[in-house]
Amino acid sequence: MDPRIPYLVLCGLLAGCAAAQSPAAPVPTPSNAAATAPTQDTAQRVVPGAGALSEPNANPFPSTYKPGTAPTTVIRNATLMTATGTTVRGGSILLRGGRIVALGSSVDTPADAVVIDGTGKFVTPGIIDTHSHLGVYPAPGVEALSDGNEATNPATPYVWAEHSVWPQDPQFPRALAAGVTTIQVLPGSANLIGGRSVVLKVVPSTTVRGMKFPGARYGLKQACGENPKRVYASRGPSTRMGNVAGWRAQYVQAEQYRRRWDKWLADRKGDPPTRDLGLESLAEVLRGNVFVQWHCYTASDMEGAMEVADEFGFKVRSFHHGVEAYKIADILAQKGISASLWSDWGGFKIEAMDGVRANLALVHNAGVRAIVHSDDASGMQRLNIDAAKSVSEARGLGITISDEDAIKWITINPAWALGLDDRIGSLEPGKNADVVLWDKYPFSVYAKPEKVWIDGALSFDRLDPAQRWRTDFELGFVPEPAGGRSR
Amino acid sequence: MTTIIARLAMAGLTLAAALPASAQTIAITGARVFPVSGPALDNATIVIRDGRIVAVGAAVTVPEGAQRIDAAGKWITPGIFNAVTTLGVSEIGNIAGSYDASAQGRGDGVTAAFRVWDGFNPASPLLQVTRNDGITTVGIVPRGALIAGQGAVVELRNGSLRDVLIKGPAAMFADLDARGDRIGASRGEVFQRLRDVLDDARDFPRRRADYERNSVRDLAARSADLQALQPVLAGTLPLVIDADRATDISEALTIARSYKLKVALSSAIEGWKVADQLGAAKAFVMVGALNNIPRSFSSLGARQDNAALLHAAGARVVISGGSDAFNARNVRYEAGIAVSFGLPWDAALRAVTLTPAEMYDVAGRVGSLDAGKDATLVIWSGDPFEPSTRAEQVFVRGVAVQGPSRQDELMRRYRQLPAEYRKPGA
Repeated sequence: MDPRIPYLVLCGLLAGCAAAQSPAAPVPTPSNAAATAPTQDTAQRVVPGAGALSEPNANPFPSTYKPGTAPTTVIRNATLMTATGTTVRGGSILLRGGRIVALGSSVDTPADAVVIDGTGKFVTPGIIDTHSHLGVYPAPGVEALSDGNEATNPATPYVWAEHSVWPQDPQFPRALAAGVTTIQVLPGSANLIGGRSVVLKVVPSTTVRGMKFPGARYGLKQACGENPKRVYASRGPSTRMGNVAGWRAQYVQAEQYRRRWDKWLADRKGDPPTRDLGLESLAEVLRGNVFVQWHCYTASDMEGAMEVADEFGFKVRSFHHGVEAYKIADILAQKGISASLWSDWGGFKIEAMDGVRANLALVHNAGVRAIVHSDDASGMQRLNIDAAKSVSEARGLGITISDEDAIKWITINPAWALGLDDRIGSLEPGKNADVVLWDKYPFSVYAKPEKVWIDGALSFDRLDPAQRWRTDFELGFVPEPAGGRSR
Repeated sequence: MTTIIARLAMAGLTLAAALPASAQTIAITGARVFPVSGPALDNATIVIRDGRIVAVGAAVTVPEGAQRIDAAGKWITPGIFNAVTTLGVSEIGNIAGSYDASAQGRGDGVTAAFRVWDGFNPASPLLQVTRNDGITTVGIVPRGALIAGQGAVVELRNGSLRDVLIKGPAAMFADLDARGDRIGASRGEVFQRLRDVLDDARDFPRRRADYERNSVRDLAARSADLQALQPVLAGTLPLVIDADRATDISEALTIARSYKLKVALSSAIEGWKVADQLGAAKAFVMVGALNNIPRSFSSLGARQDNAALLHAAGARVVISGGSDAFNARNVRYEAGIAVSFGLPWDAALRAVTLTPAEMYDVAGRVGSLDAGKDATLVIWSGDPFEPSTRAEQVFVRGVAVQGPSRQDELMRRYRQLPAEYRKPGA
């Protein structure tokens, strides 16, 4: 059977289904967001620099990621879909030192450069998925490896997804082969507050810390609607009003906690307050340091979520799934909340029944940052096709979406939802050399990534199966592809 | 008819406009036509009368008085046939009252008498969603048991079940991974159970009188189920076995040989490993094209070129991604993805048109564009596998079946915000 179905049922009905929340569209810094929060005592608030995290839980598990060898590389005579609003036909791009150095109709080719002929091919930024459960719901999908939902309490802001990630999940190399270079791994959606996400580079590593995107901020997964009320039906919350009361009760405590800690951090007098791992995560949301990634399907659930955010003065960075986002696209645009959506997955439960294929295009058209997300290891491999389906559907509504805009849905817009749009998500000098070379027009069903670079290192090459990344699990269990060998 | 807006404008007119068409002669001219039963034809004409194809070819003359449809620059294929869906028997996956795709029986994994189409809901909004995208013909299949029951083939046009049923039963469905409460988890036990049921079914007609006198031992299944298996044992009704591990597929073929069954495989994620056996048997194999993840210990060998390898070995490949209803429409993209991983384009088109029709033995009516067959076809803006391509006109037995779907109405309502109904006076 379609392998998506059991997983999405698991995910949609019980487990996965992340939600990302994000702050405003006119990119406010998180510290601004916190400082202007209406209910906060701003005088006492410690405002760390953008992206910084507050003590004492600032960054206890830092990344140990080391980029691979990154030879100077030039791709020549390709169509460059830059995700900055422009397309360069017959263009060239120079990667050096792990960064994009130059691109245009021609670039200087250093003598030591590896030169790749891109004739007839396309170059895009690496694809970014804001909503993944790779590693926390790995393949094979067995109970022993299913670590995505700490479904023991409706609010578990104290768990961190990275502590559930299995780096040997064979879904990682498949994502990479599809051009996906950065993913946000989220806890599942059983809980109102599911825990912290982690942003990973899709690279081989024996430890999760070796995959962590250096300096990426954390997200906090929250979930609306049917899942929490079903999972906790017997102990509560068992209703949507119970869901909202649950978030409010948590943030009431978190606000107190934040105030206590910010005061201590400012004056350092006496013993520090007692630590609480869950409230630390929520306090970081209130400070604007951790982005709320909020799983909500319906317009009314998103409205409730936005009310909670307004009440406590935090921003939603991205609504995830949002099958009814098109109904409130004007509100999302006004609030600057991005929308992480499928093109056409829906119908598997009541809160998903109003899914329409033009959702992405309609919210884009209303000025919202539209993002194609997967929540599924198979769908993740075709985010480009998902984007194309929504563009095509929109054309039937008389809405034209350019390729220049559609490519943003799978690159720079998700980068923004993760707070990484200054480092990845577009082809621009100075950005990380996360680059995909496609054999055909990327919005064609026939297109496949031919080569994928992460930080300038050639990480996947379809023409060289001998170098294909195989996880430990695959050895012996999963037959090698023809011509392949383990690495 | 090409746009959603146009479909919405047609709301209420569809039936009135469509009915005369079925009684008329229609000539579609100028398109690139893919009959599937033969090579593609450029600038061809298709003549339709009373819902049937009268002629197809480049040299066909347009009959006098025919309604002409200029399809220059368009592509025409048979209507897309998704062989494995739960359309009309599943609306919202987790809402019991809207799900009629599986039977409980005695909880012992055998509900062969279950006729899934008895629960078919012709008012399902998903039918319009699906046919708007060029899917005209679907298999409706039972799910969730070792022998889950009987499936049917329906065409996606307005009408009661009696009007749209092309064939029922079209196949019996078995699933080696859906073992039922009373069956152990081990493979050997599952196959034993399957053989027990088939043995008792084989003996059942002969022992029916004993059974009625209550003078037989306990049978392996209810009498109705044993009865329902008779056409399977007679080799007249295919048994579609859902199996993924290569050894399960081989064993399914062995059982089929020993009971002389007409067998087809579905899912068959590791089919490529036994492609030689499936090819030698010229077996129908219904596979998805997105499966490259070792999601279970029965499907560790998942790879994306499964369809291509099976085709190359001579198996009769059907592309169908699963038993979904909401996205039964997406089978055309799945065919395209199979092409990107090595399945020849013509084979992919056949895999979503003529081959499923042959598997269910309904190729006399649908699956290819030949004189005498139903005029069930699609005029596309281009390559039907590409997401940028739209189904511009969809005909089922000569009747245009596109119209506003529930999703179209939602999109229209929220095309501009605030939504119409929120505006004063709206």
